[in-house]
Amino acid sequence: MSAAVTSASPAPTAPAGHVGLAVQLPRVLRSEWTKLRTVRSTMWTLLATLLVCIGLPVLISFAIVNQPRGDVGPDFDAAGFSLFGVFLGQLIVGALGVLVMSAEYSTGTIRATLTAAPQRVLVFVSKLLTFAVVIAIVSFVTTFVAFFLVQAVLNTHSLGVSLGQGTSLRMVIGGALYLTIVGLLGLGIGAILRHSAAGISTVLALLFVVPILANFLPHSWQEHIVKYLPGQAGQAIFQRHSDAVTLAPWTGLALFAAYTVLTLVVGAALLVRRDA
Amino acid sequence: MIEVKGLSKRYGDVLAVDDLSFTVQPGQVTGFLGPNGAGKSTTMRAIVGLDRPTGGTVTIDGHRYAHDRAPLTHVGALLEAKAVHPGRSAYNHLLFLAQSNGIDRRRIDEALAMVGLESVARKRTKTFSLGMGQRLGIACALLGDPRVLLLDEPVNGLDPEGIIWVRHLLKALAAEGRAILVSSHLMAEMALTADNLIVIGRGRLIADTTVADFVSQAGNKAVLVRTPDGAALTEALRLRGATVARSDDGALHVTGLEAAAIGQAAADTSAVLHELTPQRASLEEAFMELTRDSVEYHAEATPTTIDGVPSYEGA
Repeated sequence: MSAAVTSASPAPTAPAGHVGLAVQLPRVLRSEWTKLRTVRSTMWTLLATLLVCIGLPVLISFAIVNQPRGDVGPDFDAAGFSLFGVFLGQLIVGALGVLVMSAEYSTGTIRATLTAAPQRVLVFVSKLLTFAVVIAIVSFVTTFVAFFLVQAVLNTHSLGVSLGQGTSLRMVIGGALYLTIVGLLGLGIGAILRHSAAGISTVLALLFVVPILANFLPHSWQEHIVKYLPGQAGQAIFQRHSDAVTLAPWTGLALFAAYTVLTLVVGAALLVRRDA
Repeated sequence: MIEVKGLSKRYGDVLAVDDLSFTVQPGQVTGFLGPNGAGKSTTMRAIVGLDRPTGGTVTIDGHRYAHDRAPLTHVGALLEAKAVHPGRSAYNHLLFLAQSNGIDRRRIDEALAMVGLESVARKRTKTFSLGMGQRLGIACALLGDPRVLLLDEPVNGLDPEGIIWVRHLLKALAAEGRAILVSSHLMAEMALTADNLIVIGRGRLIADTTVADFVSQAGNKAVLVRTPDGAALTEALRLRGATVARSDDGALHVTGLEAAAIGQAAADTSAVLHELTPQRASLEEAFMELTRDSVEYHAEATPTTIDGVPSYEGA
């Protein structure tokens, strides 16, 4: 069903000399924010992230407190438990990151974007900053709300921990940072591949399939390789302990961030070099 | 004014644009013609910096597009229909364009009103027909009230009313002193809209002329004559310097004499005329003749007649 077109007036307005203002970072940021908020898929995807990252651990924590106590060992990681939704949520966030870039190409919007703002680095940086702020806010809300809700449920049976206890704070903040960086990694991959399905598959492969494949390597190799994989490195930040097969939390996160920065730099360079 | 100098663009093995030079003057509509795949879109994309030229330069009023501080207020471009996110409304599409160039929001409503989309401004563009998509594209081009306009096949998908509207719009915009480059593969449409013509084929310039010159040169001005007194009239016409060819059905194809002179010759020789019809190859035929060697995709056999009008080859 298409909407009706009213008849158009043939006479244009006289050239009033609309001056316009120089294309600069604040204006391109506003423009990118408009783009991000005016497609419904952004909101739905962010909502799905919240639902998965908060809903799942909360639901399962109800299940735990309704089990006989013996089911939970003394080693129970209450803080880590509240963050397990991040493992699924990272997929949604990564896919959204890809789409922020690839949808410009699949819909042809990139042509409009780049004719309005021909300085491509400026466009890339604006898109990156806008998405980074949005995804960081959602990620922090997600992990903190998930933590507090899950601990509230667990505390009905005195299983919960507080934010100040042990490594809880580092894990909750780390989970949010990890999610944010996954989103930016997706954006970088989207800029490189310019294709939604290919980009999302690549994110999926990098975070899920590569670690599984690594399991087929000889054990002596695994120890030296797996912890340097992007996902495994980044996830160290929301694990309670580091051991021989994981990197130290902040080291791991820094490595993951470095992979992401590299991806973003390649993506930006390709955006500048290639025909749009 | 748009100045294209020695523009070349290579995609892999394909030379899409080959050393192309032309200028687009303000105050006029310049038609940009060529068969499919001639390099029209590539040239237009290079003008606004979407494609990086392999060689040559393009300047708009003396500057490169990428160096324009607020390009939409200087150059408006419609490069392809529906280059918009289907989930975003027409208004929001124009909004993000306006924001990056610091264009007043009022202009969005003005541009939408100009193309007649104000009633559907808030609808997501996935509900738009091809014609509405074209109108939105034109609204985007007009948003910054630019002095230079580039429109790639703007009438594509428009209904007859829309086509006439675009024709009037382009003429009115040119009359205000804007430089307008509008591409098409339809010669007849350009003859009605454009002042100047740039014709390209296989990426090369074929003709840089005015529509008036092109039209006057089009066709070989044969006159179709039917008469029961063929032999006598043929003789008389040849004496007057005409070339006469006789087709299978007995009709005479006369070149080199106007219809009036042929009628006079018939009267002088007392030949009875059943038909005296000036023939003019259509603009499309003239265009096809011009670009025959540079059509990228030929049909198996090019028909020699169009709408039953025989072409006149050989005498």
